[in-house]
Amino acid sequence: MVHTFIYKHNGKPLYFLWDVESGSLFNVDDVAFLCALNRYGEPDEAGRAAYEALDGERVAECEAEFDELEREGALNAPQKIREFKKNAGVVKALCLHICHDCNLRCEYCFASGGTYNTARDYMSAETAKASIDFLIASSGNIRNLEVDFFGGEPLMNLDVVKETVEYAKARAAETDKRFSFTMTTNCLLLNKANAEWLNAEMDNVVLSIDGRESVHNGVRKSVSGKDCFGVILDNAIAFRKIRGDKKYYVRGTYTAKNKDFCADVLALNDRGFDQISVEPVVLPDDHPLALKMSDLEELEAEYDKLGEAYIERRKTGKWFNFFHFMIDLEHGPCLNKRLTGCGAGTDYLAVSPTGDIYPCHQFVGGDDAYLLGNVRDGVLRRDVRERFAGYTVLSKPHCAECPAKYYCGGGCTANALHFTGSPDGCYELGCALQRKRLEVSLAIWFIENVTGNNAD
Amino acid sequence: MKHIKAVSTKIFEKTHKTGCGECQAC
Repeated sequence: MVHTFIYKHNGKPLYFLWDVESGSLFNVDDVAFLCALNRYGEPDEAGRAAYEALDGERVAECEAEFDELEREGALNAPQKIREFKKNAGVVKALCLHICHDCNLRCEYCFASGGTYNTARDYMSAETAKASIDFLIASSGNIRNLEVDFFGGEPLMNLDVVKETVEYAKARAAETDKRFSFTMTTNCLLLNKANAEWLNAEMDNVVLSIDGRESVHNGVRKSVSGKDCFGVILDNAIAFRKIRGDKKYYVRGTYTAKNKDFCADVLALNDRGFDQISVEPVVLPDDHPLALKMSDLEELEAEYDKLGEAYIERRKTGKWFNFFHFMIDLEHGPCLNKRLTGCGAGTDYLAVSPTGDIYPCHQFVGGDDAYLLGNVRDGVLRRDVRERFAGYTVLSKPHCAECPAKYYCGGGCTANALHFTGSPDGCYELGCALQRKRLEVSLAIWFIENVTGNNAD
Repeated sequence: MKHIKAVSTKIFEKTHKTGCGECQAC
């Protein structure tokens, strides 16, 4: 399968062919692009007319070049793998819902004010330690294990987090395992002492800020409905200062209220942050903040705009990394990872404050059909885990013709469930945005790595 | 080639066919 796309850089079009099955990227001239559209795609009327008007000799040159690349297996390569099933046996990462309570009331929160539609509950140290024991016992020969402290707001239960980290480190020493700890916080309680502890113990810290002050305050309110951007920003900036080159992200959400989210990304960069993710909200279509398929063209244009700003800033003192533009065209993960994505329900599981196990954090508190067991008893619903192990890029019909499939891993099972009623369904807008981000990422990779930023 | 510039080719030839499970987990 050959995917053709155009990226406008400095107002001029760059033409690309992306060979999905071999993982090959080509930059071509306008003649070859029209020839490729005609040969591999379905050109519209204008494209067909432009192709028919081309000089025959130049068309023949392009066709000969396509033939050569096809013989080399770099263009229109056949699909080599037709079947794959993941091993559902081992677990390597747990998301601990350390606290089903929150000190914010964000309008778009998928966790219903941090509660996940359950009681406002705090995980006990005993349950957290049982979760660590469960993870070690379920990890087989895997040595590198991960524990993510999530909420709600995990800093509201920091004493248990601290006790859990110490316990996990002790158990790791006994069992020859190695733990990585991460936390996502809204920064409201990120005072100096908490920041220093997180900096020392967490491998990655995610700071939730939505970008511009007006955008953030518009959707992320305190429990009493007050604005909180000032406190949160001050705490996040202070944490950034002590973080040095260790992993962190500022992570925002864009909604129907700020489809001009490029401005939010740049606002975060202007505040001194250089690891940034601003991501589309996922809400049912009838929610006032929901993004819909009718917004797609506008959102795609915004990613193009962000791509151009990104390229420019990375040449200057305002270098930053954008989570959804990260791509590796030289190495990248193994086939297992490319075909199965995040591992929800198989090697990645989430634990509720009472110790109940779910396929991932977005399933917690939802349909009991996805309640897998409890950390004290282990996984009881092996049938559900086996079902999740079977969800791969190859098993989902909507992935078959998608140019992003090996860079996406098949999409988010939770979003698919919420939108289609099935974890292996197609969340159409999410897939379309993933494809767009891949195109922009590939173009950026070309501009920065091949042309040395001199593509124009 | 006159019309086509290869940016990166056949990435998946380098892709490990089996996973060890030791990499980071979205």
